[in-house]
Formats: sequence, structure tokens, C-alpha cells
Amino acid sequence: MNELKKRRVELSHGGGGVEMNNLIRKVFFKHFENDILVRDEDAARLQFDGPVAFTTDSFTVSPRHFNGGDLGKIAIAGTVNDLAMAGAIPQYLSCGFIIEEGLEFAELESLVQSMAAELAKSGAKIVCGDTKVVPKGAADGLFINTSGVGTCIAAPSWKRLEAGDAIIVSRDIGAHGACILASREGLELDTELQSDCDTLWPAVKALLDAGIDTKAMRDATRGGLAAVLNEWAEARELGIEVAEQALPIDPAVQGLCELFGFEPAELANEGTFVVAVAAEQAEQAVAILQQFQSTATVIGKVCNEYAGKVVQTSPWGSKRYMELPKGELLPRIC
Amino acid sequence: MIPASSHNGYVIRVRGQVQGVGFRPFIWQLANELALLGEVLNDSEGVLIKLLEPVDAVAFVSLMVERLPPLARIDSSEINPYLFTVVPTEFVITQSQGGQVNTRIAPDTATCTACIAEIRNPADRRVGYPFTNCTHCGPRFSIIKAVPYDRPYTSMGAFPLCPECQQEYDHPADRRFHAQPNACATCGPKLTLVNNHGEVVASEQLALAQTIAALEAGQIVAIKGLGGYHLAVDATNQAAVERLRRNKHRPTKPFALMARDLTVIANYAMVTALEQQQLQSGAAPIVLLKRNNIDNLAANVAPSMHRVGMMLPSNPLQHLIFSGFERPLVMTSGNASGKPPVIDDAQAVVELGTIADLLLQHNRAIVNRVDDSIVRVDDNQPIVLRRARGFVPTPIGLPAGFEQADNILAYGADLKNTFCYLKRGQALLSPHLGDLSDLQLRDAYQHNLSLFAKLFDVKPTLYSCDPHPSYHSFAIAKQQSKITAVGHHHAHMAACMVDNQIALGSKPMLALVLDGLGWGGNDTEHQLWGGELLYGDYTKVTRLDGIAPMALLGGELAAQQPWRNLLVQLESNVSNWQSIDLPVLQRLQQKPLALLRKGLQAGINSPKASSAGRLFDAAAALLTDKFESITFEGEAAMSLESLAWQAVDNQPHLPLIVETDHIELTPIWSMLLTEICNGVPASQVALLFHQQLALCLLGAVATQAKRLHVSTVVLSGGVMQNQLLHSLLVDGLRRLELEPLSHHQIPANDGGLSLGQAAVAWAQHQQGGMA
Ligand SMILES: [Fe+3]
Ligand SMILES: [Mg+2]
Ligand SMILES: [Zn+2]
Ligand SMILES: [Zn+2]
Repeated sequence: MNELKKRRVELSHGGGGVEMNNLIRKVFFKHFENDILVRDEDAARLQFDGPVAFTTDSFTVSPRHFNGGDLGKIAIAGTVNDLAMAGAIPQYLSCGFIIEEGLEFAELESLVQSMAAELAKSGAKIVCGDTKVVPKGAADGLFINTSGVGTCIAAPSWKRLEAGDAIIVSRDIGAHGACILASREGLELDTELQSDCDTLWPAVKALLDAGIDTKAMRDATRGGLAAVLNEWAEARELGIEVAEQALPIDPAVQGLCELFGFEPAELANEGTFVVAVAAEQAEQAVAILQQFQSTATVIGKVCNEYAGKVVQTSPWGSKRYMELPKGELLPRIC
Repeated sequence: MIPASSHNGYVIRVRGQVQGVGFRPFIWQLANELALLGEVLNDSEGVLIKLLEPVDAVAFVSLMVERLPPLARIDSSEINPYLFTVVPTEFVITQSQGGQVNTRIAPDTATCTACIAEIRNPADRRVGYPFTNCTHCGPRFSIIKAVPYDRPYTSMGAFPLCPECQQEYDHPADRRFHAQPNACATCGPKLTLVNNHGEVVASEQLALAQTIAALEAGQIVAIKGLGGYHLAVDATNQAAVERLRRNKHRPTKPFALMARDLTVIANYAMVTALEQQQLQSGAAPIVLLKRNNIDNLAANVAPSMHRVGMMLPSNPLQHLIFSGFERPLVMTSGNASGKPPVIDDAQAVVELGTIADLLLQHNRAIVNRVDDSIVRVDDNQPIVLRRARGFVPTPIGLPAGFEQADNILAYGADLKNTFCYLKRGQALLSPHLGDLSDLQLRDAYQHNLSLFAKLFDVKPTLYSCDPHPSYHSFAIAKQQSKITAVGHHHAHMAACMVDNQIALGSKPMLALVLDGLGWGGNDTEHQLWGGELLYGDYTKVTRLDGIAPMALLGGELAAQQPWRNLLVQLESNVSNWQSIDLPVLQRLQQKPLALLRKGLQAGINSPKASSAGRLFDAAAALLTDKFESITFEGEAAMSLESLAWQAVDNQPHLPLIVETDHIELTPIWSMLLTEICNGVPASQVALLFHQQLALCLLGAVATQAKRLHVSTVVLSGGVMQNQLLHSLLVDGLRRLELEPLSHHQIPANDGGLSLGQAAVAWAQHQQGGMA
């Protein structure tokens, strides 16, 4: 039993022969099983009505397992969320594995299991895939690429942002970035940090089902909230005003930020999105989102001033730009 | 040579601050007194005086220089023969000619004694009038919108002169001849007292009386001044001061005070003759005075500071308020926490209405914001710590070699920002603006940049800025095509060299530049500099040595939380610090040390910097109550200095200087801890820190000076505003027979940086052009 668990992926598993076939059937088909995938054809044939959204992303995260998720969960949630943000039903995904020789089978299987669990949240299916095994050192353990398609049932776009629109975040910000930082550096905090990694489709669906006009939506992944808001403001050439004290921040994330001088708004998220709605719908939208995450809240609004910029107002009323996050934080105080 | 027959008189060309300051009527009076014929006129270069023979033109010029009106400044005058084609029969003031481009605008100037006498004289038509001024005093820079400096181009344009004022304005013999802001109660601006919702409570004399009554009652009144609002409150009423602190979200930062006269000031502080001169000067700055220890100022006015900033009334309104109020008033700048001072009246109600009970306003608009300037007298010389009202926009003359420096703009630093234009060999340094990360301030910055360009007719062709990639000023500068980035500490050094009139092309010198943080570049392992020993000139500089780089644990947090710097210093300098039994170290142990150490090891947001400012913060965390966090920049270092002064009997004493190869600060930390453990009072240990730091720096300077055959050492950077350290360094350098160069009229901190940037950019440009 122990022997079996310690089994590792070898170069031969990518050779296209019996061993590879075994890997595909015993690991991937077993967990991803659905009627389209099991047809095992050269390409999956799909049926759609109306416009379709299509997205792709490659996932590498270090460490591969963290509190609140793992690489497999991110690989599904990331692509499903991109579809959801486009107002599309997450329907079909492809999945490509680049495996470094020596990865334990047990780990691979556990990641595949968490992919399957994450798929169940949205009902999306993996309908085609690919596997490559590369020599040691040519990859870092495991890279996963997923692509996804789905039928559009809404058309959110930054182009629809207007002065007065309310800006809502779906939950407290920065949890994933803080969690990854802490586990990467081995920081042991009093309260454990947990990544927000999650599938956002159920919350988006609830908004759409309730007739909320989601004018613009983005999941605040790399660069965090600050990146999303800056991209919107710049693209639409309008300002976005954010109240500093309205930003929902978990105490553990806040603690880490206060210790090391980070801005929660610049930390990455994997299950947090920003949505702009007309001011009249803000209250209802927040109430719906709070059924999923109690920390969902309005953080600010779109405005005509400060075109192209995001402005953060302190509790005392002074205003600074919430800047586009830079790679390195460089102190300015002389 | 002009043959004698070809002229019948002389023309005198006068350049400098000679327009709008009563210069022409002065010349008119002088000519009449000497029974001379001719004319005087303003033109684009300044003033032209034409005198018919017989006249001793040289004697005329020396008399002119001797009797110069208070606001006039002569940069140069030259005499040439002149031929009158029509022989004059009287001396006249001729109408201005041509575009006025190379003239000066005077700074705002404290009310003159003649005007003060008028507002106090019941028989005078200006009795009690708060906007009284004349050609020798009053608002200038703060009211100007455009050139030429004529009433329509100022905020006085909205007030047509009444016949009486017009007569004064028109008559050359009158003190108010061509005084652009001339006004009286009939035609000029009027006072209004409003409550904090903007509703009018009283106007004119009643407004004044109610303001005084409110101040008596301990209320907070926002008072509109020349270049901005002040928040005023009784400085002897602790509860009232506390309320101002609470409302302004300003827990500890010292407040500046204003008092009626020198007699009142003497009750609270010791005033030397030089300090008195500064207080009473036309600039009327805040002067940092040594407190006498028997004062009855509210304890929370300037907590734990050995000096207090005081100023005298400098406009008629302030004089009138103090004629009814005997105690000193807190007169702090009228801004909401973290925001730049307001100048707009409606905005003032919104922003200051949450702080003040009443606002004393008037209907003369403030066009340009000018904060109060701050001066300290050091080593028998006044030094400008913040350059604004009363100094700006007087140009600063550049040293030899910079005569051709022209059309250069330097953007300055991000904090304590000023910018600087170079025009025809002179530097036009902007007033102190503030922190560019504030949006309103960045608007004010852009406004001032174009205002200065317009007022002084500069069209920059060369731009200079700080190379810090995260500076907002860098981002703004980058929009220009021809920019020269000047290293932060090189700019500090150059600013001090300009201040001391060091000629371009002088041989390289040493510089100790001590400050908080500045972009050093990629020459060293650490990009962030802060305490450097440099060697160079205007064009280039090399770093010889510096304070050992230490991690800024938590990035900018290190500048806000002194304990972080103490931890970093002890971690690398005192291996057994955790076993030393001291309350402050126990307090440090309460911090999540395991996490912080991991952060240091992994370099999590912990860039290394050779910062002198953070070194002071570390020592302050050890010795003062500024351990946890500070509420304004420099608070920890200022507390440490004030503490150390308590241990200084007479002159701070410096032990023997030993030449050393490198600046080595490690032993200081064990020394400080040992002294504290031995029960030496904190004030003495604080003094020891200053002394040992000075010794370390001087040891390395001595070695390098010998090696490089250098005899001059520049002292610059914000830390040089620490009077104790500065005087120890000056003293030490003199003992080493080295000449110290210190800042005087250009601030040593980032407020002077733009001038240094401009000088370096020009010098490099010159060198590039010759190569
Ligand atoms: Fe500096
Ligand atoms: Mg994506
Ligand atoms: Zn006067
Ligand atoms: Zn009048």
C-alpha cells in the first residue's frame, strides 16, 4: 500500500503507450467522468445557442497545497471564474497537464480530485485534455492549463461603467495573497490565514437570477483590487473613488499587512470579485452576495472626477491615488 | 569712448526687486531733494533713471543704495552717458514701458510701523482697518495672478479705489504711490465672521470684536491670513488646545504660536538679538526659540520639545486681534489632517468647519498659497528651515559660473516638495508645498509650476528630477523629453554648495549628507541611501562611505514605527540584546519576533537603506517615549534631540576625534545599552548618542580629507536640521581644521532639493556641451 502511494510519474507515462493510457483512465477519466469526455474522440463536439465566451489560463502556484485550496482547485476556479465574470455559464473546460518527472501519483490524484470537486460547484465539465511528462527540472512539479467555454447570459463590460455606479466587492480582500506569502515564507501566525480560492459562479448566478444588471465584473486576481479598479478607471477614463474604511479586510490579513507593510488592496485573490451596479441596485446586490460571503460590501463609486485614476479617501478626508501595484514596494519617506 | 560733447546727462540702469516696492517715488523724491532734472521709469529690465547734467551720478547711486526703501533689493546698477534730445525742465515719473518680464515680484511683507500707527490712531481714516498697507508692506506674491504687477492682475482688482485712495495711489510723494493693494474701509476688503456652517455671524468691526471674545472664551477660530488660514486658539488654555488637537487629528506635533510683541514672547522664550531681528523682519517667520522653563504655556502646545515656534503679527488683522488679546495664540496652519492648507473660502467652511467654531473671513481672495516660513538661529546665523511666506518669490543668486543658467526646471522631491526654475543666473525656488502623494497638493503643484513660469517668463528647455522610480515628481517629470535625473544626495550637496556660493568648477569637496531616505541608484548594493559621505562637485559625485545599510522592516512602516529600527539595529549589532534586562527591551520582546526575524531573513518588504533618519528613530525608540509609532515626520528624532539638550550644560562637548577607515556604528549600541544599565539618565545617553555618531562620522571624514587633500566639508540633508548634531559636526570639523559648509537660506531638508537638482543639471549640461 505504501509502495503504491509512493509511486511517481515517470517519463514513460507521457510516451503515449500503455502506461500513459493507464494514467489517463485511472486518474483523469475516473474523476472527470462525463458523457462527452468518455467518448474519447480527437475533439469534443459541443452545442451552443447564442454567443459564447472562451477563456484560457495556465496555473502554477508555489506551494501547490495551501490553506483553503491547492493547484487543482485554482486551475478550475480560475477559468470558471473568468467565464462567470464575462456573464457566461461555465460549461465546458479543456485541461492540459505538464508533469515534471518524479511527481507522486498520490499528489497528482489528490489534485485531480480537488479539480473534480471544484467542477461540481458550477456544473462545468472537462471535455478534453492533454498530458505531457517532462524531464526533471524542465517544470516545477506540475503545471495545469485550463480553457473554458460557456454560453453568455449577460454582457458585463467596463465600457458600461458610468459615474454614480456603485463598486462592490464580493468579500474581504487579500486572503489568497496573504496566505501564499505566509506559507511560502513559513510564517506562523496566531490566526491562520486561509485563501479565498473559490468558484464564483453560484454568486454571479444568484445576482443574474435576481435581475441585477452587473454592469462590469472582474475577479481580483493578480494585483488584487487595486489592479482591477485601475484597469477600469483607465480604460473607461472615469474616476473611481474608494473609501479606505469601507474596504473589508479580515483581521488575520490585516495583521500580516500591518506587520510587513503590505496593502491588502494589492494582494492577490482567487475567489473575490468586483462588480459595478447602478446605485439603485447596490443594496440588493450586496444582500445577495452576503448570502455567500458575509463580508460583501459597497466600497466606493464611479465618478467624473479623477479621470483614469482610483482615489482612496482616508477617514479624515484626505485623498490619495490607489496606485497600480508595482513589483517592488519602494519607500519614499525621506 | 563716447566724446564728451555727445551726452548731456546719465542713464542709470537698476536691476533687482525694484518694481511695486515704491522705488520710483523714492527716486522722484531723491531727485527733487537734490534738485535734479530727468525721469524715472519701469521697463522690462527693471528701472531706468535719466539725470540731466550737472549731476554726480556715482554719488546719486550711492545715496540711492544707502536710503533704499524697505522692500527694494538692487542686484546691479550701471551708469552710462546719455543724450537728452529734449532737455527736461522737471523730474518726472514716466509711464511703464514694454512687457515686464525680467522684473521681480516682492514677497508678502509684514505691516510697516507707519501702517501700524495708522490703524491704531483714532484720528486716522484707517483706524481699525484690517487691510491697511502701503508700498513698504502688505500682500504681494499671495495676491498676484499675472504680470505686470498691477492692481487688475491681483485679487485687489475686485476693489475699485475710492477717490481718497486713488489720490494716494497717484501722488508720487505719497507712501501709497502705486501701492497696488491700497485700500481703506470705504473701498477695500471687508471682514465677515461665519459659524462653522458658513452662516454670517457678524461683519467688519463687530466681527473682529466677536473673534476676540471667542478666543477669550477658549474657542477655536479659523482666521484668514495672507497666504492661507490659521487655526487660532488660546495657547495658555490646555483644554482648548486639546480640543484643537482632537479636531485636527494632530495628537503631538508642535503648534506654532503668535504673540502680540517681544515683551509677551519674552515671558515664554529666550530671545537673542539675532532672533529678535528675525521675528521683526519683513518676512516675519516662525522663529524656533528656546523655551524658558517657567512658561505657562499649555503643556500640550509643543510637548517634549525644547524649542517653541513663535512669530509676531504680520498683517493688520493680526495686529488688531492682538490689540484685544494679551496672551499668545496657537496659530497653526489651516488644514484638515493630511490635507494641504485651504485658500478658498467655501472650501474653508467645509474643511475647517469640522475643526473650528468660527471662521473670520474676508472678501479678498488668496490667489497663491504661502505657508508660514520657519527660521532658527544657529551658530550666530539665521537658517531657513521652511521657506515660504516672506521669502518667496525673492530669487536666490547663483554662484559664479552659473550666470548663463537659464530656462531650467527642477521638480524637487516628493515630500516637503518645492520646485525650482533657473532664470538668467538666478534660482526661483517655489514656496514649500508639501507631500505630493496628496491629490489636492498635486493640483496645487501643477498650478504653481505654471504660475511661476508665467510670472517669471521662463520657458524650460532642460528638466531635472529625482531618480526615485516611485516618486510622483519623477512620473510628472518623465512626461518631458529632456530630463536629467539627479541623485537625491548629490542634489542635497549641490543645494548647500549653492547656498554657500561655491563657484562652478571649484575643486571637489567632501559632503556629509544625512537624511531619511533617497534614491542612491545602482552603484551600491543598496539602492536607498540616507547617511552618506560623498566626494564630488556639481557635475558628479562618488560615495566614499556611509552609514551601514539596515533593513527597513515593513518598508514605509519603518518610518512610522521607531521600534522596527531599534529591533533591526539590535539584531545586527548586539547579539545578546534579549538577555539584557531593560524595560524597553522587554517591550521589544513583546513583538512577534519569530515572524519578524523570518521576514528579515526572507527580505519580506525589507529593503536595505543607509538611512540616518531611521538610525535616529532607533535611538529614540530606545531612549524616549517614541517607541511605538510617531504621528509626524521627524517626531522621534526631534524628541531625542530635545532630550539630549537637557544634558547639555553650556556648549555640547565633543571628545577626541580619532581617524578611522570607515564609519563604524556597531559599538555605539552596546555603549548605549551599558550606560542605560548603569543608570545613566536617558538625557545623558541621548547626548552620548549624538556625540558618538558625530565622532564616527568625523573620524571617517578626517581620514578621507587627508587622503584627498580636501579642506571643505558640505553638511546637508534633513538630519542637519538637528541643531545638536550639526553643531557637534561643525565644532569637530573646525578642530580638524576643515571648513564646514552649512545651509542658510536654502533648507537642508528636501525643501531645498530642487535647487540642487537644477544646479547639477545645469553643470552637467555645461560639461556635456563642452565635451
Ligand atoms: Fe532628503
Ligand atoms: Mg484568467
Ligand atoms: Zn505700510
Ligand atoms: Zn479707499
